[in-house]
Amino acid sequence: MKLLVPVKRVIDYNVKPRVKADNSGVETAGVKMSMNPFDEIAVEEAVRLKEKGVATEIVVVSVGAAQAADTLRTAMAMGADRAILVQAEEAPEPLAVAKILRALVEREQPRLVLMGKQAIDDDMNATGQMLAGLLGWGQGTFASKIEAGGDALSVTREVDGGLETISLVLPAIVTVDLRLNEPRYASLPNIMKARKKPLETIAAAGLGVDVAPRLQTLRVVEPPERKAGIRVGSVAELVNKLRDEARVI
Amino acid sequence: MTVLVLLDHADGAVSQASRSAVAAAGRLGEVHGLVAGDGVAAVAEAAARIQGLSRVLVADAEAFAHSLPEPLAALLQSLSGAYDHVLAPATATGKNVLPRLAALLDVQPVSEVVAIEGPDTFVRPIYAGSALATVRSGDAKKLLTIRAAAFDPAPAEGGTATVEAATLPADLPAPARFVSAELSRSERPDLSSARVVVSGGRGMGSGENFSLLAPIADSLGAAIGASRAAVDAGYVPNDYQVGQTGKIVAPELYLAVGISGAIQHLAGMKDSKIIVAVNKDAEAPIFAVADYGLVGDLFTVLPELQAELNKTA
Ligand SMILES: Cc1cc2nc3c(=O)[nH]c(=O)nc-3n(C[C@H](O)[C@H](O)[C@H](O)COP(=O)(O)OP(=O)(O)OC[C@H]3O[C@@H](n4cnc5c(N)ncnc54)[C@H](O)[C@@H]3O)c2cc1C
Ligand SMILES: Nc1ncnc2c1ncn2[C@@H]1O[C@H](COP(=O)(O)O)[C@@H](O)[C@H]1O
Repeated sequence: MKLLVPVKRVIDYNVKPRVKADNSGVETAGVKMSMNPFDEIAVEEAVRLKEKGVATEIVVVSVGAAQAADTLRTAMAMGADRAILVQAEEAPEPLAVAKILRALVEREQPRLVLMGKQAIDDDMNATGQMLAGLLGWGQGTFASKIEAGGDALSVTREVDGGLETISLVLPAIVTVDLRLNEPRYASLPNIMKARKKPLETIAAAGLGVDVAPRLQTLRVVEPPERKAGIRVGSVAELVNKLRDEARVI
Repeated sequence: MTVLVLLDHADGAVSQASRSAVAAAGRLGEVHGLVAGDGVAAVAEAAARIQGLSRVLVADAEAFAHSLPEPLAALLQSLSGAYDHVLAPATATGKNVLPRLAALLDVQPVSEVVAIEGPDTFVRPIYAGSALATVRSGDAKKLLTIRAAAFDPAPAEGGTATVEAATLPADLPAPARFVSAELSRSERPDLSSARVVVSGGRGMGSGENFSLLAPIADSLGAAIGASRAAVDAGYVPNDYQVGQTGKIVAPELYLAVGISGAIQHLAGMKDSKIIVAVNKDAEAPIFAVADYGLVGDLFTVLPELQAELNKTA
C-alpha cells in the first residue's frame, strides 16, 4: 500500500525559542530548524512498514517555505521514495494544512496517512484529526503501536488512563506518539542518494485551497518567570520549609 | 450566547477536567453539557448537579461506547447548530474529537486554552509553553479545548440542570472499532488533579526504584508522575508522563526527583504552586524553577525524607 507522510519543519527541539521584541511571534531567523520530532517517528514507521513489505511507496509532503525542501530531503534519506513541497509563505494553520493534504490524498490515493500527533511549534495537536474529518476516514491518534493486517489496521493509542487498542478500516489516518519507535539516523550514502530522489514543488494556490488564517495573533509574550527559589542543606530543612514556610504539607 | 461542553467521563464519573471546561465556558455564556456513552443515565444525573450547567443533553447509545471520535464528532456536528461555542476538555478524548468536529464545521480550533479574554479572544501556550499567544478567532463558531490546570473546576454538587435526551443523527460513521484497553489502576489520586505530585525521572535508575517514591506519595496523599525518559525506559506506564506531550499538572506541591528539567518536562509542571527538586547535579536546569532545591543522591535523600515525613505525621 501507498503511504503519505506529512512532515513539518520546525525550530529544533533543543533550541529555546525567543519571543520577538515586538511581540508578534517567535524569532525563527537564524535559528536551527529540524523535522518535527513526531514526524521523524512517522517517517521511521513508514520505512519499517516498507521494509516489512506492507508499504510499497512512501510519499512525504511538507507545507511551508522553500527551505522545507531540506526537511523533505532528510525524510528521503531516511527511506521515503519521493517528496512534494507545497510552497506557502509561512506554514498555514492546521485547517488549511488539512485541506491541502486532502487535495494531495485525492491526487495520490494513499491507503494510509501517517503523521505526527503534534507539531512542537504551534502545539495544536489537530491536523491529523482534521484531515480524517475532511476525508470522512477513521483516525487512530497518539499511536504507540501499529499492526497492519489485510484491510484493517490495529492501532494502540496512548490515552489518559493508559493504553487503548482500536481496529481501523483502511484507508485511515494515524497520528504517532513518542514511543512508537526510535527514528534512525540517515547514513551518508543515503543522504547522497536522497539528493537524486524526486522532489516536486507546487504552489498552495495551485491546489485551490484558501490558506487565509482564521486566527489572528494579537500578541505573543513570554510566560511569567518563576521567582528563583532557595537551596536547602538537608532533608530536615526541606520538610520544615514545606511545613512552616510554604504550608503545603 | 450559549456554549456546549463535551463532558468526558470514566467509571461513571464526569472528569474533573470537564468541570474545568464548564468553568471556562461560564465566562462565555449559558452552558449546556453533553454526556455521550453507552448506559450513561447515572453519569447524566451526576452531570446535572455540576454548578454552572443549565441543561444536560444525553446521547445514550452503543455507538458512543469508548468515545470513538467518528460517531462522537458526527453527534456534536448535528447538535452544534444551536451554539456559538463548542468546548471540550483537553483530555485524550477532547483532543481526539474536537479537531475532527472543527473540520466538519470548517472551523480552525483553538487548542489548550489557558485564558479567555473575550467571546473570540483566547490565550494558549505555544512552543512547549515557552511563549503564550493571544489569538482572535474569525470563525462564526468557536471551538476550543480547555487546559484543565488553568481553570478551577466547577463544583460537582449544587447545580440543578435539566436532563434531556439528545436527538441523534441518523447516520453515525463507524470506521473504527474498539478492541481492548489496558488501563492503569491506582488507589492514589488522579495525576491530573492531585494536590501533590511526586515524580521520578531517569535518575531513579529502574522501575523497582520507583517503590522508593511510593511511601512518600502515600504520606503526602500524592499522585506519582514521571519524566518521558523514565517512561521510555519502561520504569512506569505511559500515563505517568508529565510534560509537553504528557499530562499537564499544576498541584500545590510538585516534587521532582532525578529529573533534569528539560523544557518539555517543565511545560507540564511549571505552573505548580511549590516546586521541589532533588538532583545530584547542582547545575541541573530543574533548579532554576524550583522553590526548594536539594542537591544530593536520591538514594539517600528519599529514605531520609520518608523518615522525616513519618516523624511529622
Ligand atoms: C517532542 C518531544 C516531546 C517531549 N515530551 C516530553 C514530556 O512530555 N515530558 C518529559 O518529561 N520529557 C519530554 N521530552 C523529553 C525531554 O526532552 C527530556 O529528554 C526528558 O524530560 C529527560 O528526562 P529526565 O529528566 O528523567 O532524564 P535526564 O535528562 O537523563 O535526567 C536525569 C537526571 O537525574 C539526575 N540523577 C541521576 N542519578 C541521580 C541520583 N542518584 N540522585 C539524584 N539525581 C540523579 C541527573 O543529574 C539528571 O539531572 C520530550 C522530548 C521531545 C523531543
Ligand atoms: N506545514 C505542515 N506541513 C506538513 N505537515 C504538517 C504541517 N503542519 C502540520 N503537519 C502535520 O500535522 C501534524 C500535527 O500538527 P499540528 O496539528 O499543527 O500540531 C504534524 O506532526 C505534521 O505531521
